Amino acid sequence: MLALLLLFAALMLTALIALRFGSYEAPLSEIARAAFGQSENQSLNIIVQNIRLPRVLTAIIGGLGLGIAGCVLQAVLANPLASATTLGISQGASFGAAFAIVVLGAGAGAGAAPTAQMTNPLVISLFAFVFSMGVSVVILAISRFTKLTPEAIVLAGVALGAMFSGASALIQFFATDVQLAAVVFWTFGDLGRAGWGEIRLMAFVALPSTLYFLLTRWDLNALESGEHTAVSLGVNVSRVRIVNMVLCSLTAAVIVSFLGIINFIGLIAPHTVRRLVGNNHVYLLPGSAIMGAILLVLGDLAARMIISPIILPIGAITSFAGAPLFLYLLFRGSKKR
Amino acid sequence: MTVRDLDFQYGASFQVLRGIAFDALPGECLAVLGNNGAGKSTMLKCLNRILSPQKGTVYIDGGKNILRLPHHHIARSMAFVEQGAPQSRLTVYDMVMLGRKPYIKWGVGKEDIKIVEDVIEQMSLGEMAVRYVDELSGGEQQKVVLARALAQQPRVLLLDEPTSNLDLRNQHEMLSLVTQSCRKNGISAVIVIHDVNLALRHCEKFMLVKDNHIFAHGGKDVITSESIEAVYQIAVGIHEISGKMVVVPH
Repeated sequence: MLALLLLFAALMLTALIALRFGSYEAPLSEIARAAFGQSENQSLNIIVQNIRLPRVLTAIIGGLGLGIAGCVLQAVLANPLASATTLGISQGASFGAAFAIVVLGAGAGAGAAPTAQMTNPLVISLFAFVFSMGVSVVILAISRFTKLTPEAIVLAGVALGAMFSGASALIQFFATDVQLAAVVFWTFGDLGRAGWGEIRLMAFVALPSTLYFLLTRWDLNALESGEHTAVSLGVNVSRVRIVNMVLCSLTAAVIVSFLGIINFIGLIAPHTVRRLVGNNHVYLLPGSAIMGAILLVLGDLAARMIISPIILPIGAITSFAGAPLFLYLLFRGSKKR
Repeated sequence: MTVRDLDFQYGASFQVLRGIAFDALPGECLAVLGNNGAGKSTMLKCLNRILSPQKGTVYIDGGKNILRLPHHHIARSMAFVEQGAPQSRLTVYDMVMLGRKPYIKWGVGKEDIKIVEDVIEQMSLGEMAVRYVDELSGGEQQKVVLARALAQQPRVLLLDEPTSNLDLRNQHEMLSLVTQSCRKNGISAVIVIHDVNLALRHCEKFMLVKDNHIFAHGGKDVITSESIEAVYQIAVGIHEISGKMVVVPH
């Protein structure tokens, strides 16, 4: 419990720091006032309300959703490597975005830099969502109707994921230079893409799903002891597995469609918290959500500050900085055993 | 517990159990014996519908047919301990609390906490309550999962080879704990076990399973050199050593 409170305090602190730092400098008290539109400096009001606050909230909701979805997938698929990628979400989203940009010309137009190319980002997000959900629906349907074991579901996910990666590569092969740049830029991930409307939509999916995950916390604890034991403890294993996978897919697909590919959070957040509180999902689930949010806020802060004013791609930062941290935890954990 | 006409098959043709019928009385331990692949573990899993039998009925205390009830109802009257050590990184306390799963709706209640604390004290697990289960010895782990099963407050306890990876002392300690708890709480235990002599020391009733059906069922009198030879296909002698019945292979 103490660990959770500390994590929550850490999240608040990182969120404040992220609001404070940026190319426009102002004291924290002024920033807090600006968040409610109460600062006397009108341009600060606009910066905080339209740029920094949405960005930090996007990081919090995105990190929360990806962190908890990873944790739940690891439990229901009984696989420590499970994450949104396992259900083909990222690959589906990448393909959808590539399809929208190259085939439908959603990012087309001539001459300017790739950022300016995405004249219709909503179309790209829509296609990313449709394809990422499409892939996971196929995987879920296969697992439902053929009664696949969790291992087979993971393998089916890898296979379909590979298929869509291949399809994306083919589309990219036939793309123009500008389209190719737009596709690559999209997959990098960017928290600045989400405005208030997108934030509301992400929260609308992520928060009820999180609530449902929290309600099934003892089911997930039971699954940890194996499928037969879970059934003997009164858990409807196939229902818990399928409903949780659907909600994880939905949450991750919405987030990834708006923000681009940010994979590593779903792995690193649950595993980091596991080192702190063990495998009891009563603490592990909220811990993974908070840790996911912290990591994404920090990652975005780093992405903005390292060579400011250039914003580095968030997906690359979380993986690049996250992997060494992850390895450190892994080795420290194995030494303790 | 009353079991009648239980049939189970995998797929369309692979019959594993045929016409299983027996009674288990409160406070009594029933040892299920038989060679590998005879269908003992399968039978255990059919009793609380971990596997769904095609035919048959299971009644507890004359109530409804267990096989028609949803799993969370079954879990309130039957507990199951799987073969092998638990690999879960839960603390001992949380693992025992998991036994309250069938009763937990929104969250853990006061009664759940009291029951878990009682069971932990009963099983002398207090000292290791905050340790992780996967860091304990095999004997301690087996005690923890037994405690979890008892926290379910079951009428029937199903144990699948509870002593298979324990040393000599832990084997006897484990079965003594099972028999004591069953007598004290009026639970019927059904124990799949390979060690005939261990079963003879601790159980009152015996069931010999051979070729997918019950070969013999009853008290110690069903353990004869003929029945053991028929079931296990090995010649044995039955002797009495220090007043204890012992099966010795020739």
